[in-house]
Amino acid sequence: MSDIDEGLRSELQRQGIWVTSMQELYNWGRKNSIWPLQFGLACCAIEMIATAASRYDIARFGGEVFRPSPRQADLMIVAGTVTKKMAPQIVRLYNQMPDPKYVISMGACAISGGPFKQGYNVLKGIDRYIPVDVYIPGCPPRPEALLHAFMELQRKIDEQKLTGPGKAEHLDPDQPSEFPVPAFGAHDLEPAANTDVFQPMKIERNQ
Amino acid sequence: MTPHSYLFIVIFLGVALLFPIMPLILAWTWRRFFQPPRPGAEKNATYECGVESIGEAQIQFRSQYYLYAIIFLIFDVEAVFLVPFAVAFTGLPVGAFVAILVFLLLLLEGLVWAWGKGCLNWAR
Repeated sequence: MSDIDEGLRSELQRQGIWVTSMQELYNWGRKNSIWPLQFGLACCAIEMIATAASRYDIARFGGEVFRPSPRQADLMIVAGTVTKKMAPQIVRLYNQMPDPKYVISMGACAISGGPFKQGYNVLKGIDRYIPVDVYIPGCPPRPEALLHAFMELQRKIDEQKLTGPGKAEHLDPDQPSEFPVPAFGAHDLEPAANTDVFQPMKIERNQ
Repeated sequence: MTPHSYLFIVIFLGVALLFPIMPLILAWTWRRFFQPPRPGAEKNATYECGVESIGEAQIQFRSQYYLYAIIFLIFDVEAVFLVPFAVAFTGLPVGAFVAILVFLLLLLEGLVWAWGKGCLNWAR
């Protein structure tokens, strides 16, 4: 798809001829019209709203179309503390989004539980159940940080392959399209983590 | 040779048909080659709020709820109409006055009905 020689391309470009490939055109269109899912969980959502408003203006990156329905959204911004009560709903919403879909884990809480990590009702990171593309640290991250994450995601989308062995996961019909939704157990969510996407960090101690 | 005067309408019709059909064909072709469908039970679920739907959507309300509708009309909708009526009262012609009077009397009948049914008694 994209096996055009870079030197030839720049030579042609100097002559006023612009050459592209299907994959580049596809990714260019996709990365500049990422529609986020409109939902906020906690204080990070305020920063997300600020990012969408005129001062920071995520519309400059093509992400201003916040969709209230998962059917129309490409990007899930997990903005805030994920409680165990809320986690099944988030996984279900993620399942209902059409492929290709991406997740930004915004703030310390969505990454690891953050300052509420010790709370009995707080999920210790949304990446226990769904695959996360970009993590932004911060409590809460400033709008600039969210914009940075957005640009990182655009870079990631730009690099996704349309064909070949290293093609994007959503193009593989054998990959699962849904992730198991955790259920409320007696003491915790069951299962406590989706082992397909999450492996707990191993602690290595030097004796 | 001059073209037929209706030829433009034919061309216009062709463009009007092609214009919406072309993106559909393109989208279908794209889906055929580059977007393998991966449906699932949750992906195809009707409700899209993240919460599982409970029961059927086609449920019946009890007909006894008509009393709530009557009381809502009397104490809420009537007030909305009464305020502009009161403001414009001095300038109203006789016809408008009679019309609003009929409206009020109809609702008054509803009030008498609801009162008679005992809806206005405070439940103990």
